Amino acid sequence: MILRLNQSSGIPLYLQLMEQVKHAVETGALQSGDQLPTMRKLAEDLVMNPNTVARAYRELEHEGIVELKHGSGAFICESTARKSKVTKKAQAVVQSAVERLVASGLSGDEIRRLVENELALLRDEGKLQGSGS
Amino acid sequence: MNDFAIEVSGLKKSYRNQRALNHLDLRVPAGSIFGFLGRNGAGKTTTIKILMGMLRADGGTARIFGMDIGDPRLCMEARSRIGFVTEDKDLFPYMTVEQMIRFTRPFFPRWRDDLESRYLKIFDLPPKRKISDLSKGMRSKLMLLIAVCHGAELLILDEPTDGLDPAATEEVLRELVAIAASQQTTIFFSSHQLTEVEQIADSICIVDKGRAIVTGVLDDLKARYQRLQVVLENESAVPARWVEGVDHVRREGRTLSILASGNISAIVGQIESLPGATFERFPVGLKEIFLENVRSDENALV
Repeated sequence: MILRLNQSSGIPLYLQLMEQVKHAVETGALQSGDQLPTMRKLAEDLVMNPNTVARAYRELEHEGIVELKHGSGAFICESTARKSKVTKKAQAVVQSAVERLVASGLSGDEIRRLVENELALLRDEGKLQGSGS
Repeated sequence: MNDFAIEVSGLKKSYRNQRALNHLDLRVPAGSIFGFLGRNGAGKTTTIKILMGMLRADGGTARIFGMDIGDPRLCMEARSRIGFVTEDKDLFPYMTVEQMIRFTRPFFPRWRDDLESRYLKIFDLPPKRKISDLSKGMRSKLMLLIAVCHGAELLILDEPTDGLDPAATEEVLRELVAIAASQQTTIFFSSHQLTEVEQIADSICIVDKGRAIVTGVLDDLKARYQRLQVVLENESAVPARWVEGVDHVRREGRTLSILASGNISAIVGQIESLPGATFERFPVGLKEIFLENVRSDENALV
């Protein structure tokens, strides 16, 4: 798993880390049962704060993506296999919506901004978790 | 067990009639890597000197691991638990690396031989070389080695990467992260290098004109702060009063740029009440938070 963080983007680092792990699960780069690097190793490899890595792992556990086993590290959960099916269905929904928007004359940037604004509003109302980046 | 490695409240210090610290408040959680940020002359070094017992404050209190450093006996005890790297890297230039380490060791009963040999190797420090012949980066590493090896629970580092090239900086940062992860050491470092603070700090304090103006967990600050770019339909339609959370507003023609430090949904509500206004939202990095808070406000409307 190759992780890359953008320190100056303004998006909290623990959210970036969570998004990248989730993305790796969605693409199949990480599969259920796979072990993540220890928090300490990841902190040293990425030269980032160990507390921030710990926060990302705890949140991922809270969302049911990883399981933290005391002493042996973090593992991708079984339930993520189901999640990747949901993602595939969602892709079809997004595809048809985007096609309609493009047909009505909107540009890619305009569509992206509209979607991001909607996500940001939901997040403020507490109906959405994650960075939405 | 103290939750805070450092607790400072209402700290005041003046030099003649120059005010260096003006009611500074600061709380450094135990186990954190804490970035202490400010422009030159903002009060960073004064604060550090007071924490180290090298200067006396005019008012307020400072505690390290709960011990009041205004009390000379407690201050001595606190100091034995602190590793310190100064801005001017004061080592004895005529000694070799090896001599400097041998000279320092006896002062610290909890000296860690294991860490000494580890860091001599990692930092690639030549034991026989004179300190006067070391590069700036090597001197920083030697000071860091000494600070770490005396078994400190708190490292206070004044501009630890000042004058280092990017590769040496990355190496020092990597070791700081490793020290924090493996020794449960609290690291308090001052810097004006925003990128390195953003890279390794979990909590920060921005000090300006002797006061703490922004403080908190860095990821929480990033989540709270946002920039809203508003395009107005009618040039005159700007609220006379903004709701709470609007820190700075800049206007250029039909565009308003708002820096918000929270309360976003109320701010969005206020923008949506402006006739014909559209807006976009952008995440805000530490650099922007820093600059917006320490800049002299010539164009600001709030």
